[in-house]
Amino acid sequence: MIRLVPRTETPALLQVVTPVLAVLATMLAGGLLFAVMGYDPVAAIKTIFWDPLFGPAASYSRPQLLVKAAPLILIASGLAVGFRAGIWNIGAEGQYIIGAITGAAVALTAYPAAGMWIFPAMVIAGAAGGWAWGMIPALLRNWFGASEILVSLMLVYVAQRIAAWMAFGPMKNPEGFGFPGSRNLQQYPAAANPELIPGTGAHWGVVAAVLAVLATWFLMSRHIRGFHIRAAGAAPRAARFAGVKPETLVAFCLGLSGALAGMAGLFEVAGPAGQITDKVGVGYGFTAIIVAFLGRLHPVGILLAGLLLALTYIGGELAQLTMNLPAATVQVFQGMLLFFLLGFDLLTRYRIARRITA
Amino acid sequence: MFRAQGIGKSYPGVRANDDVSFWVAPGEIHALLGENGAGKSTLVKMIYGLVRPDDGQMTLNGQPHQPADPRAARAAGVAMVFQHFSLFDALTVAENIALGMENPPPRRELSARIAQVSRDFGLPLNPARRIVTLSAGERQRVEIIRCLLQNPRLLIMDEPTSVLTPQEAELLFATLRTLADRGTAILYISHKLDEIRTHCDRATILRHGRVVDSCDPRAHSARDLAAMMVGGAMRPIDRSGRRAGEVLLQVGALSQPAPSAEGTALKSVALTLRAGEILGIGGVAGNGQDELLAALSGEARSAPGTILLGGADLSRLGPEARRRAGLLAAPEDRLGHAAVPDFSLAENALLTAGARKGLVRKGLIDRPAARAFAESVIRAFDVRTPGPGTAARALSGGNLQKFVIGREVIQAPRVLAVNQPTWGVDAGAAAAVRQSLLDLARSGAGVIVISQDLDELLELSDRFCALNEGRLSDPVPTEGLTLDRIGLMLGGAHGMEVAHP
Repeated sequence: MIRLVPRTETPALLQVVTPVLAVLATMLAGGLLFAVMGYDPVAAIKTIFWDPLFGPAASYSRPQLLVKAAPLILIASGLAVGFRAGIWNIGAEGQYIIGAITGAAVALTAYPAAGMWIFPAMVIAGAAGGWAWGMIPALLRNWFGASEILVSLMLVYVAQRIAAWMAFGPMKNPEGFGFPGSRNLQQYPAAANPELIPGTGAHWGVVAAVLAVLATWFLMSRHIRGFHIRAAGAAPRAARFAGVKPETLVAFCLGLSGALAGMAGLFEVAGPAGQITDKVGVGYGFTAIIVAFLGRLHPVGILLAGLLLALTYIGGELAQLTMNLPAATVQVFQGMLLFFLLGFDLLTRYRIARRITA
Repeated sequence: MFRAQGIGKSYPGVRANDDVSFWVAPGEIHALLGENGAGKSTLVKMIYGLVRPDDGQMTLNGQPHQPADPRAARAAGVAMVFQHFSLFDALTVAENIALGMENPPPRRELSARIAQVSRDFGLPLNPARRIVTLSAGERQRVEIIRCLLQNPRLLIMDEPTSVLTPQEAELLFATLRTLADRGTAILYISHKLDEIRTHCDRATILRHGRVVDSCDPRAHSARDLAAMMVGGAMRPIDRSGRRAGEVLLQVGALSQPAPSAEGTALKSVALTLRAGEILGIGGVAGNGQDELLAALSGEARSAPGTILLGGADLSRLGPEARRRAGLLAAPEDRLGHAAVPDFSLAENALLTAGARKGLVRKGLIDRPAARAFAESVIRAFDVRTPGPGTAARALSGGNLQKFVIGREVIQAPRVLAVNQPTWGVDAGAAAAVRQSLLDLARSGAGVIVISQDLDELLELSDRFCALNEGRLSDPVPTEGLTLDRIGLMLGGAHGMEVAHP
């Protein structure tokens, strides 16, 4: 008989090895799935994980890596801070959408003025929008004890309806021949979020993601607020004894992750997406949850995990094009990745032992 | 009957047992004596087949004794009664005993045998009763009878009296003596010196995993035994050199609703504390101790004007502001309340000492300073640990308690409030903690000690009051106070433990 025995100490190596194991297991299980579906598993895995970087069309897909990774890393950095405190913001997708809308609203109001202030103002407005959307579950939890998990998740669907309303109503492009969707911000230089270095895909969102990684690393390891966040996650009573007010932490964590998600939404709508449509939200907010956990809630880990998940996005699309794999491939892969990660995580907290009869 | 020769066992980072040799004769009650962490539990687990020794041999009845698991140990004639019972509450006594047997006889026959054994050994127990209706002492009898049904040749008892009332303990010893007179060898683990001196024939004393002595406990004083256990003579507690000064802390009309369904409401608690004074607050746990400490530490805020430190109203301030003002606290629960189990000692130092020790400036953590502060606590309070990078959970209870109290004492508080400062701590650490509180008071601070241990309160405090159902009695001077008086003060609060160090 096999049983699980709680570990008293987690070997540091295991913390690093389990995400790698999860990725390998995902490849294996994914390959098996493809084989059952009648595809060549080796070719499929190669198309998803190798070709985007080194394949024949790599020069087109490589810049996409940063484009996809930037919002994931930006959102996941904020989420990880809250997760460390045991505050579960599941609604980053909603905060992302609202940030895109409020940021775009600044641009659409200013149109067609020119000025250096417009883009920074949009970034601030995007962050403020995401922050405000994150504060709703924070305040409801602090005032009424409502679960931030449920409230933040529900607000995603509210945000999606608001995006649709904006795209069909107040923000609809007056010169758009009646098609839904706002003006294309890429064609409005003062508000556009262009590729900064040609051929890399790097836009301002990439810069913000790098800054977010550095800032959250500093917060969590050098600042007393980060210390309190870790303490609250590890031992809530001890944190309260140290002088941490749980309400303050809830507001801080949900506000911070909301602001970063909102900023990610703005960078996306002013750059790669270009306009507000009813499909502003493309799932970055949810995928970022996987990124945060795959990255062990550590800023550097999140950086790597964000790049990996971006790869599955691009590789999945590539596999759709070249091998006719179904579109759901990416989601299946991401789901499997989280599943295996949580499974292997068990090994960091427990060790396997043969049963001793007592 | 049983002999161990050169037994050794290592765990990562610790040598739990090193070259342990001793023997137990038939009909002997043999005490295994040692502080927490001295290696007693590891040793008996090896005898009972739960752990395998790294080196050395054991013999039982002249046969080599190498049990692969507890089943093999039981078959060889070893039985063990654990400190924590493994009984199913919803089942009856007989059902529980049947569950633990390899080949249980028919229920009727088993009940008859249980009744027989319980009569023979003077252990009153009704086989048909459900466990949930039994007291701790009666539950222990179930475990003992379960062992006796196997006719063991060696019976191991792990700290059996820690859950018993004095009357139940007497009954237990009578049973053990009957059993010994019939030739069973008994290995008795404890750190209670008095009961070992009255009831045991021989004692093997362990310290840091080694046998330091083997003696007749009746021929030694409790002080001698304690010295052997701890290594070096116990320093007598020094109460001298203290004078009550001006009033430091005034608590008045402090009423708090119960924080949860299991909590206790505080009902107009009032007290005054002077500089250089130790105020002892006795009472059975669950009568408002945790709530009173939370109201003092700032974890729970109270009505304005209820808590004054040197005339300044702290009632509405949080823990950090109170620490800056000089009111410090150490809660009862070391792991998870006074310290974060997964954090290193350096990080745990930061938990309460950030402001007063300048470990945090403008929100930035000064890590070298936190480490140095943790090191100074470790040195000054003789915390046995590899260093400030060790996680709090890796420390033994006594060492972590020394760290948690030391962390507050070194911050030179004006008033320090502690709850159960020596609960579950070995004698050496308890003495060190108590002395540090006395030294703190001598330096002019006021100290509040909340404790269930009456001897501790009599030893430390200048004035004593009782906390009962959230109400605090008027204080009386401890000088000349008897245990009987205290019993009356506790106003019908039962179960107050009188420990005998």
